[in-house]
Amino acid sequence: MKTIEELMAIRDNAKKKMTVREDTGDDCTRVIVGMATCGIAAGARPVLNAFVDEIAKRGLHHVTVSQTGCIGMCQYEPIVEVMEPGKEKITYVKMTPEKAVKVVNEHLVNGNPIVDFTVGAATK
Amino acid sequence: MRELSLNVLDIAQNSIAAGAACIRIEVLEDTKAHTLVLGIYDDGCGMTDEQVQRVLDPFYTTRTTRKVGMGIPLFRLAAQQTGGDLEISSKVGIGTSVRATFHTDNVDCTPLGDMASTMCTLITMNTDRQFLYRHRVDGREFVLDTAELTALLEGVPLSDPAVAQWLRDFIRENTESLYKGETYEND
Repeated sequence: MKTIEELMAIRDNAKKKMTVREDTGDDCTRVIVGMATCGIAAGARPVLNAFVDEIAKRGLHHVTVSQTGCIGMCQYEPIVEVMEPGKEKITYVKMTPEKAVKVVNEHLVNGNPIVDFTVGAATK
Repeated sequence: MRELSLNVLDIAQNSIAAGAACIRIEVLEDTKAHTLVLGIYDDGCGMTDEQVQRVLDPFYTTRTTRKVGMGIPLFRLAAQQTGGDLEISSKVGIGTSVRATFHTDNVDCTPLGDMASTMCTLITMNTDRQFLYRHRVDGREFVLDTAELTALLEGVPLSDPAVAQWLRDFIRENTESLYKGETYEND
């Protein structure tokens, strides 16, 4: 059973890391998940969870996960945008938790966007 | 929507868009009466009577009320197909209440699903808002106030991945206890 004591231990651990992270500032990579009615109905919630879990597992402190509303291509939901500083935005479509894990490892860790999952590949 | 918890996630987004500072989410289950009441209450900008009437229409969208579209009609449909209903009331400048009643013994009742994921997503993605969560199963209850967690975290954000994972498991385990007949103890 999860306890408040465990949360306090997590807090103390996070505090140590926070001082390091403040130096990185604008170098953050942003992962944005579409969470409007269309996205949620198509399965955005487990996709978002998969990103959060895998990013935590890999210890990627420079990556933040956030949500947005309808991106305007409801038929391609769940849609995830990855914005890296100084690079072009990559839009992934029809995402699944399995694909999310691959994107974290291939794109965010190794630096190779997965072209097959992008909106460009889907609309060809 | 495959789970009612997804409807809750969706409706709560309206509260976020309405600029609510505090959002209260309630799951009230009565296993003997076979009823489930889901409530989303916010202190956001609210709506006029005319807007309240219109949000029930799935094909009503304008630029100014773009935050409402299919969400409320889908939630109402999910309630009505079990013989229940959805009530919505709102006052400009005060806030909005959405309350849906479900008859869980109806074959068309969508399962509640993963409320822990819904709450965790809402809380960690909107750390600038206060969430009050109450899940009651018969006489047993689990309550969570993010203001208490924020105070405890001393500046560490609720969006911290390790905190988020703890939170999801914390809500999930306490919810499971409710169904097992155990009482939540806040210690």
